[in-house]
Amino acid sequence: MIEVVIKDRCSGCGDCVEACPSDVLALGAGGKAVIAAQADCQTCLLCELHCPADALFVWPETDRVAGVTAERALASGQLGAFRRDHGWGEHAATHTNQHWRMGAIFERARLQAIDMAAAKTARTEEGCST
Amino acid sequence: MIASLSLATDVLVIGGGLAGAWAAVAAAREGADVVLVDKGHCGTSGVTATAGPGHWWAPPDRREAAVTDRLKRSLGLGDPDWMRRILDLTWSSLPGLADHYAFSTDDRGEVQYRALRGPEYMRAMRAYAVAAGARILDHHPALQLLRHGDGSIAGASGIALRGERPWTIRAGAVVLAAGGTAFASRLLGSATNTGDGLLMGVEAGADLSGMEFTNYYTPALAGTNMARSMAYSFARWFDADDRELDIPNGPEVTPHLARALLKGPLFCRLDRVPADIRAVMPQVQPNFVLPFARLGIDAYGERFEVVLHAEGTVRGIGGLRVDDNDCQTAVPGLYVAGDNASRELVTGAISGGGAVNSSWALSSGQWAGAAAARRARSTGARETDLAIATGQTGLAPRRGVRVVDTAGAVQAVREELNAYDKNIFRQGEALAASMVRLDEIWKELADHGRAEGRAGLRLREAAALVAAGRWSKAAALSRRESRGMHRREDAPGLDPRLSSRQRAQGLDRVVTRFEPAPTQAEVA
Repeated sequence: MIEVVIKDRCSGCGDCVEACPSDVLALGAGGKAVIAAQADCQTCLLCELHCPADALFVWPETDRVAGVTAERALASGQLGAFRRDHGWGEHAATHTNQHWRMGAIFERARLQAIDMAAAKTARTEEGCST
Repeated sequence: MIASLSLATDVLVIGGGLAGAWAAVAAAREGADVVLVDKGHCGTSGVTATAGPGHWWAPPDRREAAVTDRLKRSLGLGDPDWMRRILDLTWSSLPGLADHYAFSTDDRGEVQYRALRGPEYMRAMRAYAVAAGARILDHHPALQLLRHGDGSIAGASGIALRGERPWTIRAGAVVLAAGGTAFASRLLGSATNTGDGLLMGVEAGADLSGMEFTNYYTPALAGTNMARSMAYSFARWFDADDRELDIPNGPEVTPHLARALLKGPLFCRLDRVPADIRAVMPQVQPNFVLPFARLGIDAYGERFEVVLHAEGTVRGIGGLRVDDNDCQTAVPGLYVAGDNASRELVTGAISGGGAVNSSWALSSGQWAGAAAARRARSTGARETDLAIATGQTGLAPRRGVRVVDTAGAVQAVREELNAYDKNIFRQGEALAASMVRLDEIWKELADHGRAEGRAGLRLREAAALVAAGRWSKAAALSRRESRGMHRREDAPGLDPRLSSRQRAQGLDRVVTRFEPAPTQAEVA
């Protein structure tokens, strides 16, 4: 669930307000993003990704408000980590999109499962013969 | 009273997820004026935006083999011609996105078109639709369809969330691409997918197909929605006493996991994920690693608790029935695309997973969008003709208006549709009992429900969830056999007499019927 907007970082651009698919965020009286409907947050993380200032912090638990403060969010080292891993903005050169490897990774898992099954069969046969 | 927004266009697309965006692109390319409305934001809405679909992707010389294999696994409900069509259109369409999506190259320098990462894919689709000339209205949920006196579709009406301002859009044709529904489970990215498009379609006269196939589940770290499942294909599974369970990974894993979960907590170890894959995971699936990092769990080094999230019709199959090659429904001028439509034609009785479903969204979106544009060009928007509102439950109560328990209705759907024992291991008696409960809730909502603004949207969402739940239960009850993902504990095995697709419709009284002809007769 979205937990906190880091006021000092928020530029008031409104990108997160536009991006939120559940209309959780709004621009407050001070021109900065505020959490207007926290209970509607679906923990999709996409507001963080669309925030160029890394001013938003989402906690992964979906069903409760964890009460994460700005201080704790800043101390976590996680602010902006999601946008960085996606290689958005200034991270484009250092964090390339490796998603295309997905097919090969699934294939590795499939082959591993076949190996595991074969090993298990071998163990079973060994168990029967001794 | 706030002034309402009123406009007329050739094509109205309802829903800005993967299918809706492709529909808008195709309709605009045909030269039509296109308006796309989304409940949230085209670019982040829908289940693609949080995922990362690999498409069903086969070069021409490997397509027949792919179709033959898929057809066999469809268990009598697939259609090889539709499979060929989506393979062909996927192959020719994805390279066209290169202006908006930075396709990767593999280690040999070959461009990789097949798998696109969700947030980047949907950002690109929005840009693609805008570049093609579509007008996008974000945070504009549709509440109901409008029809002409002759039964054809006249447009839709809804509400702009900012300012809670009503809107009416008249259109020569409408594409419904409002997604499937995960029945209010915690499935990643599915919160706004409440089945609205299913309810609107049926109210306007369309029918459904495949609604019994709604029981695909995906594992996730307990307490989170993170249903990115790739890493779990390497998983080892454990019970509360840390005994390893004999559960082989593969397509049949769900019932095993569900049985374990019915006994107690289920745990997972990902220690078999190879080191090179661990290293690259943050750049393959950045959202998969995030909950572990924030909760302080070493995903590959320690065991953690998992749950299964219900996918409903998302990785299930059912939806509005496609009635012709253009993805038109049984209602003239109403087209359907993506998860809003039944995907039986290309998946049969098993899940299409991410790949076939994405190819279906891309293809059905374009067919629906282009055909809607052609129709609208010949009819025009007919904006001065009389238009009749089709929405009922939550909009036009049959009896006195009184406060109805919207949240309770949603919770009931969650319980009846997603519980492992009720939905994965199905039995006639339990299905019938669910129907009774959901019928009562439906009657209450239909008789007395009425609300304005955001509360009105929540009420319509609840109505759609209950309606979709009833269609699913009724279809599951009538299919007295086990086929593909639909598993009847009281009727194991295939019944050859039921080797056909099943339709559903009806609001106050749900009716289902099997299509007569064996669907696969011509296949050798």
